[in-house]
Amino acid sequence: MNIIKNFSLGLLISLFLSITANADKIKIGTEGAYPPWNSKDASGALIGFEVDLAKELCAIMKHECTIVEQDWDGMIPALVMRKFDAIMAGMSITDERMKTINFSQGYADEVASLAVMKGSNLEGMDTPEGINLSLGGSDVKKALKTLTGALSGKTVCVQTATIHQNFLESGDVGKIDIRTYKTQDEVNLDLSAGRCDAALAAAVAFTDYADKSGDAVVLVGPTFSGGAFGNGVGVGIRKGGTDTIGKKDAKLLKDFNRAINTARKKGIISKLAVKWFGFDASM
Amino acid sequence: MDIDLMITSFPKLLNATATTLKLLSLSLFFGLFIGLLFAILRLSKNVFLSYFAYFYSYIFRGTPLLVQIFIIYFGLGQIEYIRSSVLWVVLKEPYWCAIIAFALNTGAYTSEILRSAFQTIKPGFIEAGKSLGVPSKIIFYKIKLPIAIKQSLPAYGNEIILMLKGTSLASTVTLMDLTGVAKYIIATTFKPIEVFIVAGSIYLFMTFIIHNLIKFLEKRFGYE
Repeated sequence: MNIIKNFSLGLLISLFLSITANADKIKIGTEGAYPPWNSKDASGALIGFEVDLAKELCAIMKHECTIVEQDWDGMIPALVMRKFDAIMAGMSITDERMKTINFSQGYADEVASLAVMKGSNLEGMDTPEGINLSLGGSDVKKALKTLTGALSGKTVCVQTATIHQNFLESGDVGKIDIRTYKTQDEVNLDLSAGRCDAALAAAVAFTDYADKSGDAVVLVGPTFSGGAFGNGVGVGIRKGGTDTIGKKDAKLLKDFNRAINTARKKGIISKLAVKWFGFDASM
Repeated sequence: MDIDLMITSFPKLLNATATTLKLLSLSLFFGLFIGLLFAILRLSKNVFLSYFAYFYSYIFRGTPLLVQIFIIYFGLGQIEYIRSSVLWVVLKEPYWCAIIAFALNTGAYTSEILRSAFQTIKPGFIEAGKSLGVPSKIIFYKIKLPIAIKQSLPAYGNEIILMLKGTSLASTVTLMDLTGVAKYIIATTFKPIEVFIVAGSIYLFMTFIIHNLIKFLEKRFGYE
């Protein structure tokens, strides 16, 4: 009996210790499947631009952080249910998401682009290099018209619950057959297999895949920003409240904003962006 | 609890239920033929055929349905040879990939259910037929098969219910079945509990119908 008593007492103490130790720790959720933003190396450890940046930001905030994995389609519900305290997963700041959660200021710019397999008849579209949907104007209208014509009746693949899916569903490029996938990896696989006529995601997600797989994936059409594509990528944090956790969330948002400022001034974000993307995507 | 969301998502989920039922009925239809074929092969006196049938059911019952559907959908799509063959016309479509995976899976279980049902037939019935000079083909259709169907009803009803829930994996290969649409609504509203309660209730209702249908058939065929 004594053994059981001692054992359960020890269990209780360790449980208590782990709770108190948790008090100042913050958990950051990431997908681990969206290279080069966040992914996993061969040993299963999380790597990527945001994993590095999260460590830097935590060092600036003097918080102890752990980075945890979460499937993309459950990312926001998991944050709301307090499975972790912040999202750093290549998540763009959009009005739709702002209804449910808060965002820090943006730390990096995500530029979206369509991709096809080399030899596709979608290559060589006559569009400007990049369009900003927030600006509008005749250039944007003309480009969207060209895209609507080219994509009509085509199957376009996207990851589920992304700005890219929102854009395709907005009707800006007409009626197309949209196929949604759980991860970007699966989008890439089906693009290679020829099940998708085109795919839409962050341009770097395609160039990274083309580099690693050696498959002839090429970017086509304009790069997209603004409008449905949001205002850069930021840290997602629960909306603050009046209770203890709510106050902590509000403080965490301030901390992250301050840390991002510091990291930007010190050139940390630019340096990490060049390391992972090959160009300075910081903002 | 967002009751409004539950009400507005209900018709969308009900629409998607049609896809789920289509997947289920087609898979069961093909699966039943596959199952019957392999049950007969399994009981064949030819060792090669019997082992082949055993191997088939061993593979498909021994691996998760999710792995099977991924191998058929993403795996076969990676092979250049298949992509340039006629097979690609069928395998290109997620819908057919799902049905092939489901049919092969349920076929393996069905073959085991039917095999054991065939084996429970009392030798006396068959001997009686033989002694009356009934041809073996007629013995199979008129004696063995009806008894086997009757005997396998409870287990097969179970298999239908398992398969109904198995179809939820169709959403992993881009199909918008009941689970697929539920996930889609969650992805835009970020409210999993409400939507899954509605989707779960629809699954439960379908299971209720299937369960009672099988019970009715059991009575009808006089299962003891």
